[in-house]
Formats: sequence, structure tokens, C-alpha cells
Amino acid sequence: MRRLVGGRATGILTHTHQPINFLGMVNKDTGIVQDASHDLYGRSLQDTILALPYGIGSSVGAYTIYSIKSNNAAPSAILCERPDLTVATGCAVANIPLAILDTFEMESLHDNSKITVDVDAGMILYN
Amino acid sequence: MMLTRYEEGALRGEHGDILQMAYRILVATGEATDAERLIPVNWVHLSGVNYNTIGDAGEQFLRSIRHKARVRVKTTLNPAGFDRDTVHEYDITEEFIKKQESIRKSYEMMGVETSFSCIPYDIFDIPAAGTQVSFAESNAAIYANSLDNLKTNKESAFSALASALTGRSPYNEFRKDVYPDVTVEMKIPNPTELDWGMLGLFAGRVSEKCVSISGAVPSDRRACKALCGGMGTSGTCSKFTMDTAPSTEHISFDEREAKNIHDELATAETGDVIILGSPQLSLPEIESLMVMLRGRRFTKKCMLFCPRIVKESAAPYIKALEKANVHVLADCCACLTPLLSPDNTDGVITNSIKGAYYLRKSNGLDVSLKPLQDIIREYTT
Repeated sequence: MRRLVGGRATGILTHTHQPINFLGMVNKDTGIVQDASHDLYGRSLQDTILALPYGIGSSVGAYTIYSIKSNNAAPSAILCERPDLTVATGCAVANIPLAILDTFEMESLHDNSKITVDVDAGMILYN
Repeated sequence: MMLTRYEEGALRGEHGDILQMAYRILVATGEATDAERLIPVNWVHLSGVNYNTIGDAGEQFLRSIRHKARVRVKTTLNPAGFDRDTVHEYDITEEFIKKQESIRKSYEMMGVETSFSCIPYDIFDIPAAGTQVSFAESNAAIYANSLDNLKTNKESAFSALASALTGRSPYNEFRKDVYPDVTVEMKIPNPTELDWGMLGLFAGRVSEKCVSISGAVPSDRRACKALCGGMGTSGTCSKFTMDTAPSTEHISFDEREAKNIHDELATAETGDVIILGSPQLSLPEIESLMVMLRGRRFTKKCMLFCPRIVKESAAPYIKALEKANVHVLADCCACLTPLLSPDNTDGVITNSIKGAYYLRKSNGLDVSLKPLQDIIREYTT
């Protein structure tokens, strides 16, 4: 696990294999995925531990991450397979813990489990 | 990434929540781009200014930090959404004007020079060769790296803001000596600025970091700026060089490649508004336009975008330009402009690849692409 934004958080793991374009795909007020083509369509990101491959699209998407955090609708932590500047700067501004996992760590995640991510300690705990 | 004791402390919040956030951004950006440490920068150029781009979230964010945040180095600013002198001639809501004004005030309170320009290289003194800067505007970053011998990442709005607040930036590979990863050969004879813009877009797609350009040299500033603007709209490439790179793969940019890009971006043969200035025009470019016009008048409304300092310096020409049906707009730019929409414009005519890209993709307008000399020939009397 590689630390991009430090911190510790607990939540239900929401795991997608599709990249997310925060600008447009995620409702900035509710944190609900609003793009019908995405496999998380209709699901709320609020208080989840969101695992995704990486973010795509305009860097303005960082403001969407800030918005959903301001509206208490953001994930508690985000785990990515590879870093991208939109998610990295969005999480940094919004103070959402963010870590990069390798492929093995990513594949070991159990979707819908309650987990605690401690980015500073580099650990994932199943509650 | 290695941090100094001061930087570690700031990241823990020992110097206040604003600096803590700024260092969080720098560390996240640095880790994401494999930087080894942070280094000082002495000029930051910010994006994230146009309310049309950053919206309510951006306006609120800036308002939430403006009472405490202060920039530590010279910091200049990208264009806003409109020219306050003429905003009431356009269909811009009071809400938009109010929010844009709040954004301006936030940056001003933070100590930012509100230059509202995407061509800092044309209006500010350039520091010594090799100086580390942080430019968030893509065409300006490419221009700085390629033609002014400065060193910058193509920053994001947030990473540049963090650099302004701290005076530091991640030291990653773009700040070191980068070498071409591919050579693009200009095969079009006597290329116009439109050809250079298309080559820029093409090169940005085939090169990751730095591209060597062979076959021809952009002959003037108009061509250089078109090249930087085109390159900035595609991919991550942040530098071009005219030095040869024999060991790299050579790719030709010929009439066929140019036609592909033209077909991709140009959706119409003509339009009802002429757009000049994406990137914004400098004073010499306006003077060159005056010479090319030779007293003729555009048959369609021509919107010309430039920085305020250029508009002020061009004061002796403004009357003649107005007579030529040229509307000079300061503080804003054709990119992501709220001034043009399918509600008030059928289509635009421009010589800018960067302008065409955004006017089509973001504003949803039909675009006709022609070099300036053809625009003047076809649309003046």
C-alpha cells in the first residue's frame, strides 16, 4: 500500500473495476453514481471505502470530490490501483484518505465487507 | 517522497490548516508522479478561475480559504469568464457575474496578481533560464518549457494553488532534463498557424513527455502559440524541441494526418462569429492583424481575446478595430467561455485548434477551421 493522503477510516467496501470520471458520473450533492453506463449506477458513495482502478476525465473532477465531501456524501477512504492527479488532488483537498494498492492487494478485497483502512500504517483490517 | 522537518510538521498541521491542506496536495501530487522531494518555485500561474469551469464548488472552496490563505511567491492568474467592460452586452446572468466577482476577490485577497491571462509568457518578464516555475495553464507550461527555458510540470489547478501557498512543488521527472520520446516531422509545405496547431494536437497524442519536431520551424509567435495550444489539449506531453533526436521513432505529420484532425474538429464550412485569441493575443499579434486587415472590415462579428494589459496597450487601435467589426475582449478567453452557446451562435470560424476543441466539446458549437489569412480573405470587404 502506498500513501497518497494519510488517515484512517472505516466503512463498507464498494469495489468497482470500472474507472470513475467524478465530473459528471457522480452527483456532487448526493454522492450517488448517476451514469447509467457505470456498474455502480444508482449506488451512493457516502461513507464507503471506495476501491476503483483509477479516476479519468477532467481535473475539474477534483472539485466534485471536494463538493461531495462538503455535502457529507463522500467516501470515507479511496483505494486505487494506479494514481491519477484528479483523485489525488481531490482527496488531498477534501482530506479523504487515499492509498494505491498493487494488483494482489486489490484482488484480495472482499466487496461489501466492513473494513478499516489505515493509510498511515499501511494496513487494511476486516472488522 | 522525502520531506524536510518543516514540511513534515506542516503536513501534520503545525503551521495551520491552510498549509496542512497545501502540503497534503503537494504530497499526494508528488507521490502520484513519483517525485523524490519538494523544491522551491519562484512563479506560479493558476488555473481554476473561470466560474464556467470551477462552478459553485470552486467558488465556495476559494471563499472558504481566502481569509487565511496567502501566496508566498509571485502568482498570476488564468482568464475569467467575461470582460467586465462589455459583460452586459452578452447573455450572462447576474448570478454568474456575482460568483465570478467572488472568485476574483478571493484570489485578490490571497495576494494573487489578477492578470486573467493564459499567455503569461507574453506579458510578464521571463526569469533566467532553468528557473523552476509552476504553470497550471497547459499552453503556458509547454511554452515555458520549450521556448523560455523554464521548468514546470503541467500542473493541476489544486497543485498550482498549493505551490503558490507554499512556494514549493514536487520535483518529478518533468522538472529535470527531459529528452524527446518521439520525433514528429512536419511534412506540410509552408505550414500555416492552423497546420502548427494540428501538429501540436497530433504530437500531444503520440508523445508522453517531450517531442522533437523536424522538417520545419514555426516561423512566428502566432505559429508557436498555436503549436503550444494544440499540444496542450491532448495528452501529457509538456515540451517540444527543435533539436534532432535520431534514436527516437519518427512519425510524419502530412496532409493525410492534418485532414484527419481537421475532419475531427471542423464540423462546418462556415459560421456566424469569428474567434481570434485562443491562446489570447499579444500586442504584436494585434498589430500584425491590423497590417493584414489594411483597412478592410470583417463581414461577420469578430471576437478577439487578449489580456487586459494588452487591451490597454492597444488603445490607439481600438477605434480602428471596432470599425473593422472586431470586438476586443479582455480578462477572458475563447476556451470554456460562457459568452457563446448554441442559443446565440450557430457556429464559429477560428484559426485555433485549442479554441475549436473546447468550443466544440464544451460549448457544443459547430466549428469552421481556417488559417487567419484565409479568414481575412473570405470574410472581409
